[in-house]
Amino acid sequence: MTNTEIPTVRPSRPAAAPATGPARPSARDRGTRWLATLFLAPTIVGIVVFTVVPIVGSIVLSLFHWNVIDSPNWAGAANYREVFTDSTVLVSFRNTLVFMVLAVALQLLIALVLALAVNGRMPVWLRSVFRSAFFFPLVLSAASISVVMKYLFNQDFGVVNWALGLIGIAPVPWLTSENSAMAAVILVYVWQQFGFSFLLFVGGLNNIPKEIHEAASLDGATGLRKHLNVTLPLLSPTLLVATVVGVINALQVFEQPYVLTNGGPGDSTRTVVMVIYESAFEQLRFGEASAVGVLLFVLIMAVTALQFRLSRRFVHYQ
Amino acid sequence: MSQATLNMSRARHSLAPWARIATLAVCALLTLGPVIWTVSTSLRTPAESFDLPPKIIPTNPTVESYRGVFDQIDVWLLALNSTLVTALIAVGQMITAGLAGYAFARLDFRFKKPLFGLVLATMMVPLQVTIVPVFLVLKSMSMTDTLLGLIIPAFPTAFGTFLMRQYFLGMPKDLGEAAMLDGASPWRTFRSVYAPLATPGLAIVGVLAFNYHWNEFFRPLILETSGQNYTLPLGLVSLQGNLGTGSISVVLAGVVLSMIPAVAVFLVGQRPLREGITSAGVNR
Repeated sequence: MTNTEIPTVRPSRPAAAPATGPARPSARDRGTRWLATLFLAPTIVGIVVFTVVPIVGSIVLSLFHWNVIDSPNWAGAANYREVFTDSTVLVSFRNTLVFMVLAVALQLLIALVLALAVNGRMPVWLRSVFRSAFFFPLVLSAASISVVMKYLFNQDFGVVNWALGLIGIAPVPWLTSENSAMAAVILVYVWQQFGFSFLLFVGGLNNIPKEIHEAASLDGATGLRKHLNVTLPLLSPTLLVATVVGVINALQVFEQPYVLTNGGPGDSTRTVVMVIYESAFEQLRFGEASAVGVLLFVLIMAVTALQFRLSRRFVHYQ
Repeated sequence: MSQATLNMSRARHSLAPWARIATLAVCALLTLGPVIWTVSTSLRTPAESFDLPPKIIPTNPTVESYRGVFDQIDVWLLALNSTLVTALIAVGQMITAGLAGYAFARLDFRFKKPLFGLVLATMMVPLQVTIVPVFLVLKSMSMTDTLLGLIIPAFPTAFGTFLMRQYFLGMPKDLGEAAMLDGASPWRTFRSVYAPLATPGLAIVGVLAFNYHWNEFFRPLILETSGQNYTLPLGLVSLQGNLGTGSISVVLAGVVLSMIPAVAVFLVGQRPLREGITSAGVNR
């Protein structure tokens, strides 16, 4: 195809260059458009079928009662009313928000401290060993690693309680008590996720010019003071990205509570995505599940928008 | 001289370097601890799995648990399913993202901006919000409980497209213009000039896709109902459910086996993986 096209395309080129605008499209332009259509088709068709249509579908479905078997019944706002009255759904939203705040805060704190520490003076090979170690959990399956963690957090024979015993702490009923199950879920999640913020911070710290640190040191700023007054403001754009992405991911938490506690004991670790999964695929209440999904989407957008608004006050771009 | 004063002030005021490095080493051990424990426990007999303090080096290493996991579940089938799904998605994403990214970066066509906006907007949409209608769409195509149902919806990748667009934008424009002056068609310009340069970018897309889909749990859990279509994470979680706490080391042997490809990619492709994860802001 390409070879035969060349002679016809060539003469049109000089004419095409000056004649921009509404002039008749040249053969090359038509070729380009045709190619663009071909290149974009898989992505655009895929996105429309598997994202755009489903979003609209979710909104429509949320207005019906439907169990897939019988024909759908109009529900109006009933599914949404139910969301705000069903105690399990309400608790799942509360759990997810609590989880989000604690997990993201812990994840950012650990990642920041470790990134600052790794950024200090040390042999290059050692730095890359640490970097690889902190990044490693990210490549594992959250589901499989939660299977492992379920053993480690076992009250009677788990390694976690054994280690706590060494420093004189009585065995904690991690996964079997309403008071501590969420803590275990958060710890497991943060263990796997902090490497992500860590990588972002290491990158951000590398982008801070060395001279700024040296100037600050010469001015007498040291240690923690230097980090608080000099490093953090310079790192704030990275902090914003890490927070926004961390929050979006945390609001979608599923694998850890599903495998570790299956939402229990009681509803103490049931998250929004678990409710979507259970009401759709275990109870066949597709309308309610869609309503919860739509609300989760709205929540994610609202929280993200809020962060960008707040960021105007705290984020300094160089 | 100024270097010397800097060092002095650093030594006086900040944590001594050895203390900082020791703290980092402890944190690294805590991070890798669960993985080390998994490997070492999988090499013990089931009866010894409960031993505390945990022995890092098993006294009598045995592969009994590995035999056990092959007896309990069809590891080969799970691995084959996982490999098929992951490999096809990775290749599919490299193709769709490479083509679409090139179109957005280097071709002129109508509705370019709104279409690119559409692609970007879908990056914001969480999978869980669309899963119910996606399930129904796949059901209407009789693709639930098939591997294809996992594979095909994962082909379009908004982030991959975005990444490849950036990648192609970073290449000098003169290259393509020179080729066109020589009479190359738009397709030929792409095929012979730009595509060969895109390999590192495509590697990022491929490695990210591998890492995410090899470990994926939510979609397989919903879409695959019969055991013959399970992927590794799904098989392992149900294995734990079936075995209870009696055969820890057997389950852990399965976990170790399922980790091997992910660790291999981590060792070989750490750089594209790191670049992908940090530039993406996606780690799902």
